Amino acid sequence: MTFNLFVLPFSIGLIYVLFAIGIRFYRWIKALNPEDRYKFFRGLRSTALFSALKEVFMESLLHRKMFKKNALLGYMHMSFALGWLLLIIGGNMESRIYSGFYINPPYYPIFLKFFIHDKRVLPFEIFTVPGFFRFTMDLFLVFVLSGVALALFKRSKSKFFGIKKSAQLQLTDKVAMTCLWLIFPFRLLAECFTVGFYGGGGFITQHLGNLLVSITPLPAPVIAYGFWWSYSFVLGIFFVMLPYTRFMHIFAEVLLIFFRNFGIKTKVNYSSVSDVEVHSCSRCGVCIDVCQFSMATETRNMQSVYFIRAVRDQHVREKPALQCMICGRCQEACPVGVHIDDLRLLNRKETYGKHLADFSYLPRQVSLNQQAEVVYFAGCMTHLTPLTHRAMTSILEKAGINYIFLDKDASVCCGRPMMLAGKKAQAEEMIRHNKNLILATKARTLVTSCPICHRIFKEEYNLPIRIVHHSQYLLELVKQGRLPLQSYHHSVVYHDPCELGRHAGVYNEPRELISKVADLIPASREKEDALCCGGSLGTFTASEEERSAITKNALESLLANKPDYLVTSCPACKKTFSRFSEVQVMDIAEIIDDAIPVQIVREKVTSKAEENVTTLQD
Amino acid sequence: MKNFGYTLQPDRQIDFDRNERRVLDYLKEWEPSVNQCVACGSCTATCSAGQFSDFNIRSVQTFLRRGEVNKLKTEIRKCMFCGKCQLVCPRGVNMRNLILSLHNAIERLGI
Repeated sequence: MTFNLFVLPFSIGLIYVLFAIGIRFYRWIKALNPEDRYKFFRGLRSTALFSALKEVFMESLLHRKMFKKNALLGYMHMSFALGWLLLIIGGNMESRIYSGFYINPPYYPIFLKFFIHDKRVLPFEIFTVPGFFRFTMDLFLVFVLSGVALALFKRSKSKFFGIKKSAQLQLTDKVAMTCLWLIFPFRLLAECFTVGFYGGGGFITQHLGNLLVSITPLPAPVIAYGFWWSYSFVLGIFFVMLPYTRFMHIFAEVLLIFFRNFGIKTKVNYSSVSDVEVHSCSRCGVCIDVCQFSMATETRNMQSVYFIRAVRDQHVREKPALQCMICGRCQEACPVGVHIDDLRLLNRKETYGKHLADFSYLPRQVSLNQQAEVVYFAGCMTHLTPLTHRAMTSILEKAGINYIFLDKDASVCCGRPMMLAGKKAQAEEMIRHNKNLILATKARTLVTSCPICHRIFKEEYNLPIRIVHHSQYLLELVKQGRLPLQSYHHSVVYHDPCELGRHAGVYNEPRELISKVADLIPASREKEDALCCGGSLGTFTASEEERSAITKNALESLLANKPDYLVTSCPACKKTFSRFSEVQVMDIAEIIDDAIPVQIVREKVTSKAEENVTTLQD
Repeated sequence: MKNFGYTLQPDRQIDFDRNERRVLDYLKEWEPSVNQCVACGSCTATCSAGQFSDFNIRSVQTFLRRGEVNKLKTEIRKCMFCGKCQLVCPRGVNMRNLILSLHNAIERLGI
């Protein structure tokens, strides 16, 4: 007997899900632009394939990043993914060895214990250790069931899994998830009642089966048959719902990992790659807890998990979408590696990209009489914290650098704030203007005090010169011995600006620089986990109250170890913190300038710098 | 009535019952902080675009209240979105969203 009506729900579901996913994958790959499609097929034939397969194994099956976040959470995901796969592989091997057929219908291994009752009589026994499969298959099932138990436990006690707030799920997600959870208990019960009656079970199913059969008033095969139907039914429903729920991530993530390893990325528009990213989101909700709006405010609808779901369902609501600060914390934490910031900016581009801009008032030609080695671009925000650029020019003078202060009198914005509104094309005019000015200086190094400018200079300007943030540049000068420093024993905490830290990866240079002049003490959250100051230009709809709450949230972490000074390297952060901080907020350039001994300077400096020094002494 | 040769000046007052209020209404919904402005001019003093042109956010507020939508339409295109105005605003007016919402209002109201 190799067929029974109850296999139909499972079989129909399986055919449906394979068909639906096949079509999705075909469309995604077909919609890649020719260059990416070439990369994809070339990647399949290159060694990148092995790195992709390794990543699939580490992330999609073992869930390494989930383990890093929390061991219980990682184990739960691993038991589902790896355990289920092992059950499928084990079941297939078992069914092939025990049935004698090398090609089985797909449902056969899934419902094997229904079809074969006494596996002691085996055609291929010689090839297998007696009882091997009975034991291993039970072990795999227990492995998955432990995951189900943890998942149920997580519903009420998520804090043990390192999760404070979990994602609010849609009805379809809930139904599919319930089916997923029921699959394995139903399988256990179906197998227990079957082997309890007929024999042939493993260490769990046989003992539990004997017990269940002994206490049940109904004939065991009838109950077993009911559970076989239920098992098949929940499998079928889960499969049919899979492409339309969060569980699509199981397959989409695999494709995303391939894309990533083959160097295929989202470019200027929402593309096939972006769509794969959106479908790869498992709605695990890791992004909710790391979002500062969850930490410091009552906002519950703008976190990335909801944004990505809205993109997938094509009804993004404007206000929550514009509330995100693009601080990059969720992107850093995302176990799937979705480029959330890019997706958010693409969405803004679709909505606001058509607004008109008119910068015809900017001078078409730039004329610059001066040339120098180094060009210093303070940035708009630095002009609101003049101590920063005053310190910078003072240091540059003292170090005897041949430099131009490019935006001393009037600065055209770098264009990044415009891009944060999704208006990339509109920023072009400003980029062109600044780029021409920078190139006219013939400088070989561009130093900027603003991390926002720093990022766009690096990413969009295509400048043929070196671009450094002032914290990096000052460290270079110190290392070259051009800045003699004297150390003070002040305790200083350093705040990582979002754009310089997470977005540009500059964490160590500012710290090294500070430790040369002061005692650097840690904040409770720093580097990748640093908090946003709340002065972000990424958010548009955050209210003044929400911004203040976020500033205070960040200050709490920064001032946890009671520093004498709060030092940052972003003028916008400095300005924002100054409103609420109990300790003095300084830019990194200020503390360096203060640490240059006056006597040494007097010997070196030009008369102009001497004025600066005397004014500073006053 | 006897004509003394004096007439009243033509009315220069803007009739606030009849002016174009749709943009302001839209703004009140999308960026309520628009009402907090006290016209101090800090925004204009610090404006990046204002260093190169006659762009003036304070007058944008005036145009908005008077319903001078055509002027609004051309003026807001000059904004660079740099956000300095917002950092200096003593009243916490959410300036960047104000300009973005003005763009939206003009587009969506079909002005």
